[in-house]
Amino acid sequence: MTGKIDITLHINGESFAIRCEPRRTLADAIRDDCGQTGTHIGCEHGVCGACTVLVDGEPVRACLMFAVQAEGRAIRTVEGLAKGDELHPLQRAFMEHHGLQCGFCTPGFLMLAAGVLEREPDIGDDDLLDVLSSNLCRCTGYQNIIKAVRAAAAGMRGR
Amino acid sequence: MSAPKQRAGGTWVGRSIRRLEDPALVAGRGRFTADLNAERHVRFVRSPLASGRIEKIAGPPGVMLVTAADLAGVRPIEPMLHKFNYVPVAQSILAEGVVCFVGEPFAAVVAASEAEAEDFADRVEVSIVEAPATIDARDALAERAPAVHAQVARNVLVDGEITTTDFERVWAAAPMRVKISARSRRQNATPLEARAAHAAFDRSSGRVTLTCTTQMPHLTRTAIADLLGMPEADLRVVAPDVGGGFGQKMSLAPEYVLLVWLARRLRTSVAWTEDRRENLIASYHSRDQYLDIEGAFDADGKLRALRGDIVANIGAYSCFPTTGAVEPLMALAELPGPYDVQAYSCRARGVLTHTCPMAPFRGVSRPAITFAIERLMDKAAQALALDPVEIRRRNLVRTFPYTSATGLVFDEASYREALEVAVAAVDMPAFRERQRKARAAGRHLGIGLATFSERTGYGTPAFAARGMGITPGWETVELSMDPSGFVEARIGASPHGQGLRTTLAQIVADQVGLAPDRIRVVHGDTDRTPYGWGTFASRSLVISGGATLLAAQKLRAKLTRIAAHLLEAAPEDIALEGGEARVAGTDRAMPVAELARAVYHRRHELPPEIAPGLAESATYDPPGTFSNACHVAIVEVDAETGGVTIERFVVVEDAGRIINPMIANGQIHGGVMHGIANALYEEIVYDDAGNILTASLADYLPPTLREAPAIEVHHLETLTSASVTQAKGLGEGGGIGAPAAVINAINDALTPFGVSIDEMPATPQRIRAALRAASEKAA
Amino acid sequence: MKPAPFAYHAPKSVEEAVTILAQVAPDDGRVLAGGQSLVPTMAFRLARPAHLVDINGIAELARLATAGDHLVIGAGVRHAAFHRPVVENPLGSLLAFVVRHIAHYPIRTRGTFCGSLAHADPASEWCLVAATLGAEIVARSRDGGRSLQAGDFFQGLMTTSLAENELLVEARLPLLPADMRWGFYEFSRRAGDYALAMALTTFHLADGVIDEPRLGLGGAEAAPRRIAAAEQVLAGRPPASALFREAAAIAAESFEPLEDVQADAAFRRDLVRAVVFRALERAAA
Repeated sequence: MTGKIDITLHINGESFAIRCEPRRTLADAIRDDCGQTGTHIGCEHGVCGACTVLVDGEPVRACLMFAVQAEGRAIRTVEGLAKGDELHPLQRAFMEHHGLQCGFCTPGFLMLAAGVLEREPDIGDDDLLDVLSSNLCRCTGYQNIIKAVRAAAAGMRGR
Repeated sequence: MSAPKQRAGGTWVGRSIRRLEDPALVAGRGRFTADLNAERHVRFVRSPLASGRIEKIAGPPGVMLVTAADLAGVRPIEPMLHKFNYVPVAQSILAEGVVCFVGEPFAAVVAASEAEAEDFADRVEVSIVEAPATIDARDALAERAPAVHAQVARNVLVDGEITTTDFERVWAAAPMRVKISARSRRQNATPLEARAAHAAFDRSSGRVTLTCTTQMPHLTRTAIADLLGMPEADLRVVAPDVGGGFGQKMSLAPEYVLLVWLARRLRTSVAWTEDRRENLIASYHSRDQYLDIEGAFDADGKLRALRGDIVANIGAYSCFPTTGAVEPLMALAELPGPYDVQAYSCRARGVLTHTCPMAPFRGVSRPAITFAIERLMDKAAQALALDPVEIRRRNLVRTFPYTSATGLVFDEASYREALEVAVAAVDMPAFRERQRKARAAGRHLGIGLATFSERTGYGTPAFAARGMGITPGWETVELSMDPSGFVEARIGASPHGQGLRTTLAQIVADQVGLAPDRIRVVHGDTDRTPYGWGTFASRSLVISGGATLLAAQKLRAKLTRIAAHLLEAAPEDIALEGGEARVAGTDRAMPVAELARAVYHRRHELPPEIAPGLAESATYDPPGTFSNACHVAIVEVDAETGGVTIERFVVVEDAGRIINPMIANGQIHGGVMHGIANALYEEIVYDDAGNILTASLADYLPPTLREAPAIEVHHLETLTSASVTQAKGLGEGGGIGAPAAVINAINDALTPFGVSIDEMPATPQRIRAALRAASEKAA
Repeated sequence: MKPAPFAYHAPKSVEEAVTILAQVAPDDGRVLAGGQSLVPTMAFRLARPAHLVDINGIAELARLATAGDHLVIGAGVRHAAFHRPVVENPLGSLLAFVVRHIAHYPIRTRGTFCGSLAHADPASEWCLVAATLGAEIVARSRDGGRSLQAGDFFQGLMTTSLAENELLVEARLPLLPADMRWGFYEFSRRAGDYALAMALTTFHLADGVIDEPRLGLGGAEAAPRRIAAAEQVLAGRPPASALFREAAAIAAESFEPLEDVQADAAFRRDLVRAVVFRALERAAA
């Protein structure tokens, strides 16, 4: 009963039929079983947020969920942010404002911000910073991440 | 994504163009080492004890287990230093016979998946006869302290000393003595991507490709080939996208060696992904130092003589290639910092302990020595009733070139100017008034300064002075333009977030008149790039950038000669810009691509002395150049809890010519946050038995966005002649000054209490302990 | 850091859950709710449950409603549910204020109120709320149901009086009188970190003096609890900073400090003095 089970994960609108053990985290299933390596693993104990994805629109730490728990849910990862060639406003803003250096924490930040801004487009600045403090970055010193997300939020509100 | 626009007549250098690295990274299309699939996965089994003799290792039946016994013929890692009585220490790839620190790998399990490998590793039984361990560097120096390695007497790996002639006389003549006993606590660079390696054996060529999180791919290749006794030509090392390094990924990890060995042995692909706990316990640590320094000042606050005694905790082994001597000897060479003091006497020792080995981390020793000397300056200012700004004014180096007491040559810079700009930016008098009012209301605001130099972009001669067995320094860049007019720049540096694909493209773009998106910088793959030293020590923009400029100038010259011939003009009348070669003052022009076609496909139409093709290379090996900066921190200390909030942080930085301001500022922001982390949050804590108590990110505390103040950056640009691009390095500077600025600010805030916080991190617990002690003394 | 293997169960009803739990609990079977505390311990292999009983699919546990003079919080209710006041009552705004201190946003979308109680981390904000306000905790097992009072529920470090085969199905918090004042203050190293010390206080003012004071301390001891000695000092006296200092000083001497790498006993006492004082000041403001 600890052995592999068949589940289907719906990621960015695509279905992946996989076989994995119950202990397989959603992060590992997304990366290794479904081949979507844009979601990164930084700590595996729920602190750094590099593995943040959206599950039914909510930002979650994919390392703290088991793949089996995500069956039947709508999972969105960084690979699904852009619409074809059209980048998401957050992606454009991160590039515009140098919100990334090594790029390892970036998918987690993008999904965190996308999830929050899609659910609460009018979120206040202080609450937005609270949300962004969920994830760690070691390269940018956060200055430009804040700039990028604020700029994207303003743009998304304007739509 | 829209391409950076071509600008007729304008320059690319100096502009904040968007990074060419970014489109793939923001789309999640980066390629990091752990993204690769492998047939087999490796889990290292690590020592649970800090010191002991291995009696027996038994793996679960049917599981592939590798121990030192399987590695006969594999040489240990043994970096060399020919200076200051350095004693070489060898580190076996897997612990052989003895273990020397908790976390040292003594076996490796190979399995079909990471989870399975971990399951098997859990079932490996080892019996170790425990031996006494020494954890603290000062304890390790004691006469009866357990020896970490028998050949290293008193655990002193290196013992360096400098005393300038006439020191004692100058010391005796300066009346005012100020002492600081500073303590810098152990750090872990904590890149968000932990280390990882993937080694794939290619059955048709017999070669192995090692993809790994390294900052030095070529040296990694040479070193592993040496250790395994295999032809270097059979090994390819690839540093793909790397998620931060900060120095931790510079040193050769025994794990990488084992992976290559395994790939050759199993003739397949094997992968290792370090987990966060492993990284915290057993990667590389830094900056565990005691710094006792004393200054002799005259009555005007001029520092006349400086003495120091520095003890650096090296850990159980010596990191390759710098050796564990790098921290203490850098401290020895650079303690006087940016101050004009010629009488100097200092001893610096690197001491072995049964702890995780030390390796350089952003700034190496400079954050700690800057902390010590900046505390000294503030303490002296207090003793002499001088403003902390004024005492620095009186002591900062001002004429250039300046040769330091330890023989370092400071090129032109702006130490005093940076101080003045910073002080003006924060409006010191207004702050003092605010501070006074706040104190009356029971709130403790403080302001702290740090002025410092950053040694950057130094090549072989500077490294040679260190006496390392392997002397890095120079960089080569190869440029080629293909028949379509597209340029490839192959470099030996190995960026991992620094934006070199963009900044180097900007340099080439200006020379050959193309837009940066027509220039691809290739790095990290030893099969495709010229031998180089990688990215560390704030060197890449200066040295690879310099080589890029020199190669690009050669390419420009050749393109100009081709254009001159084809456009029937004099070479000096040809301008390359906007993708074209144009005869100045006319409308006669030709696309650069056509020049390329001509020299590849219609070479007979060109003069015979113009060789076919378009390929130029250059090597640059500069002496080094000093950037400088002034950091100012304004903090509020909650005296009841010891909590510290940074209200404002100002940086005035001079790194010479700035190639891309946005990228430069990003480096400063990141460095400053490392410095703030150093000052307030991050500390690896060992218990007396050598176990790490901070083995998760809930206990080791890299700061979040909420702990980050707004960081204001002002730039000065002293164009140095010591760097062919006139750029200086700046990757480390943010981390060098920030700890001193923050802790000086804490001390300034707590002036009424009569405490001196000289330890970092200045945790709330330490601040409260100091306040309690002071109030007990007062009572 | 992959968890050790386990068998996974996903019951659809409380009935089914407690039946499975009865079978697997003796074999180290654990309940999986939000997973935000349990899964990290499994990643470190400090916990190696052979069975996980995932209760996220049990609709009846999603209940969040008032019943009489209580707020009923089912075991499936996430921290995020409390971001906006769930009742028009001081309790609602108290919970909305406290929840902001719990970890981070993505953890709050998954973690559960009842899961925090069952996990009993000394630095859990909800445990402090439960202990201070006198929550009623309802457990079910195959053998039936029972109610526990918060005072009896928290037994020590990460230890509750729940039996291994019991499922915590809901917690009930008393609604507060409309004039009830409350104050909460927490000290932590970084945003979102566990509290090194925190205090929660409630009281009325009756004729200008403090009436029915409650003062709970969390993060400083093995389990959260009310500090009777401090409450006694407050009762019947007019609110004033000097009084709050006195109560804080007493609280600082009335507990058994947790000592760990972040805080020794002396520092913990300093923090308790500060957080108790500040919680009281906030309540009085």
